Amino acid sequence: MGIYTDIFLTFAKIGSFTLGGGYAMVQIMEKEVVDKKQWLSHEEFMDTLVVAQSTPGLFAIDMASHIGLKLKGVRGGIVGALATALPSIVAILLIAIFFQTFRENIYVEKVFMGVRPCVVALILAPCFSMAKKAKLNKRNWWIPVITALLISAFGMSPIWCILAAGIGGFIYGRVKK
Amino acid sequence: MIFVELFYVFSKIGIFNFGGGYAMLSLIQDEVVNKHEWMTINEFTDIVAISQSTPGPIGINCATYTGYTAVIHAGYPTWAAVLGAVLASLSVIWLPFILMVSISKFLIKHHESRTVKSVFGTLRPVIVGLLAAAAIMLMSKENFGSPSESPFVFILSIIIFLFAFVGTRLYKIHPILMILLCGLAGLLIY
Repeated sequence: MGIYTDIFLTFAKIGSFTLGGGYAMVQIMEKEVVDKKQWLSHEEFMDTLVVAQSTPGLFAIDMASHIGLKLKGVRGGIVGALATALPSIVAILLIAIFFQTFRENIYVEKVFMGVRPCVVALILAPCFSMAKKAKLNKRNWWIPVITALLISAFGMSPIWCILAAGIGGFIYGRVKK
Repeated sequence: MIFVELFYVFSKIGIFNFGGGYAMLSLIQDEVVNKHEWMTINEFTDIVAISQSTPGPIGINCATYTGYTAVIHAGYPTWAAVLGAVLASLSVIWLPFILMVSISKFLIKHHESRTVKSVFGTLRPVIVGLLAAAAIMLMSKENFGSPSESPFVFILSIIIFLFAFVGTRLYKIHPILMILLCGLAGLLIY
């Protein structure tokens, strides 16, 4: 299988199972791109999350573009981004054309009552594996705690947290040198 | 011309969207319902609900559905509406993509530099906090049911949540399989 086909199929698969927004996709993507395909290391994957979160555009598409670019340059990026968007475009078009009453379907609602708590768990699970890979220790454990608190309790935009931490890291790197 | 307008509006929405699909919704609402009157507020609410229950990034879902509906409302046939839907979706992607190309090139070139290493060293713990915050905010009545109104749904939701968490963390069940299992459970139980 060619690398472009491989990129396309992998991201189309990820796009097909992204339910409930970009964050739900993190664990699926990590499993596929890091564990299975080994296109990136765990650290590189986390850096990709940072880049995707701090640039405009959709989180999942940004992730796919960045990973595609890393593998095969601009063409790889385009394949990754389009493959992530394609399942979503097809699904919505089918619903728009054929199933206007999709939402009222009782079975769809039942399936989603099971899926929703699962999605929350899928977002929470990678926190623990990533904590290890982010080299959390006695000196920096407060960074994720403060971040989570500022965002969830005080409604702060994640952009500001990333910006503050980035500037902090930049200064720290300079001073240490 | 509806197609030029769709391209312009959704390009704008794409580049001014920081922080994911939900932040994008208010932008889309402002442009599509208030300014261009392509659809009513009720239709927009339906679109948001549909976007949340179909696969894919919510921003793309919204763009596809809006593109389709706007072209139909303008009096064009179905095939033109499909074209409008694809156009709106691609319009959201292209500008952030160009930006991403330059950022990625810079990072790939400088990823061994001390400054870049030190910046990302601080940012990795932040990402852990970011994901935790996203999970905390989703632990809501909409996703779990409320303990007073529907204790049965609430308890089952907690069980599904724990099952999914333990299953993917400890037993390394693939997340896609887990979503399918939980969807099936919902279908059979409720």
